Amino acid sequence: MLLIPCPWCGDRDEVEFHYGGQAHVAYPSDPDALDDAAWADYVFMRDNPKGWFRERWTHTAGCRRWFNVVRHTVTYEIAGSYRPGDVPPKVAS
Amino acid sequence: MTAMAEGSAPRSAVAHLAPDLPDRPGGAVRLREVAFPAQVELRLDDEDATAFGPRAGQFLCCGMPAPGHAAGAGDPYVLWLGPGWYLAVDRPGSAYGLLAGLRDALGADCGGMCGSAVDVSAARTVLELSGPSARAVLAHGCLLDLHPRTFGPGRCAQTVLAQAQVVLHQTGAADYRLLVRTSYADHLVRWLLDAMTEYV
Repeated sequence: MLLIPCPWCGDRDEVEFHYGGQAHVAYPSDPDALDDAAWADYVFMRDNPKGWFRERWTHTAGCRRWFNVVRHTVTYEIAGSYRPGDVPPKVAS
Repeated sequence: MTAMAEGSAPRSAVAHLAPDLPDRPGGAVRLREVAFPAQVELRLDDEDATAFGPRAGQFLCCGMPAPGHAAGAGDPYVLWLGPGWYLAVDRPGSAYGLLAGLRDALGADCGGMCGSAVDVSAARTVLELSGPSARAVLAHGCLLDLHPRTFGPGRCAQTVLAQAQVVLHQTGAADYRLLVRTSYADHLVRWLLDAMTEYV
């Protein structure tokens, strides 16, 4: 079970959260210019790294805010969390 | 208008369990329901909170709580639910005045209102759990660390207790308030009664 640091509520148990997938997937700047393959790439394709991963979580049972977490996909270690727009914590890559 | 039919008086969410609730003075753990509290939810963004938060706090006579805390010792009291998200709770029947006062505090009396104030009195009921063993009972199903080094009187948190979403508010050294959605209240009270059996 993960202990996830909510930037507003502090350390809370994983069951209070919902997962939101990879963070920092930007909406296409010129959506009209995208063909089907590019749309599919934006909608469905996500990184699947073995190592540190920046991902989104929402504190469903608490403050209900979205935020980002840097988690190691092998060790499940959490390097830290940060609010949208903030600078991610540094990790050794 | 016809006269109110007999039997249509409001019934609280766990009124049917009231006879089972252990409320013996001096008991190791006591549980009672405070039915029909007036509740108003406040939403303010950062700018509104700076400008109108103090006005709302002044109307409530207890100020606005810091993150993770509650404000107010009696009625009304205010709970911090999230950033810019507060729940003001007052005596039964006072929802209309509470709502009108808070709307005025947010600028409705000047013609334009910032943020939002919504009457959510029917959403939750209040359970009061107290006694020397109250913390031990909560520990059976609460994922928060309620040890005095991390949690204490005046603190509040939204969390999960026995799979039900609750607002947990510690009011005294061994006194807790649980605000639970009315539809989950029956489940939560039955769970609490079960968890309490070894302490009562």
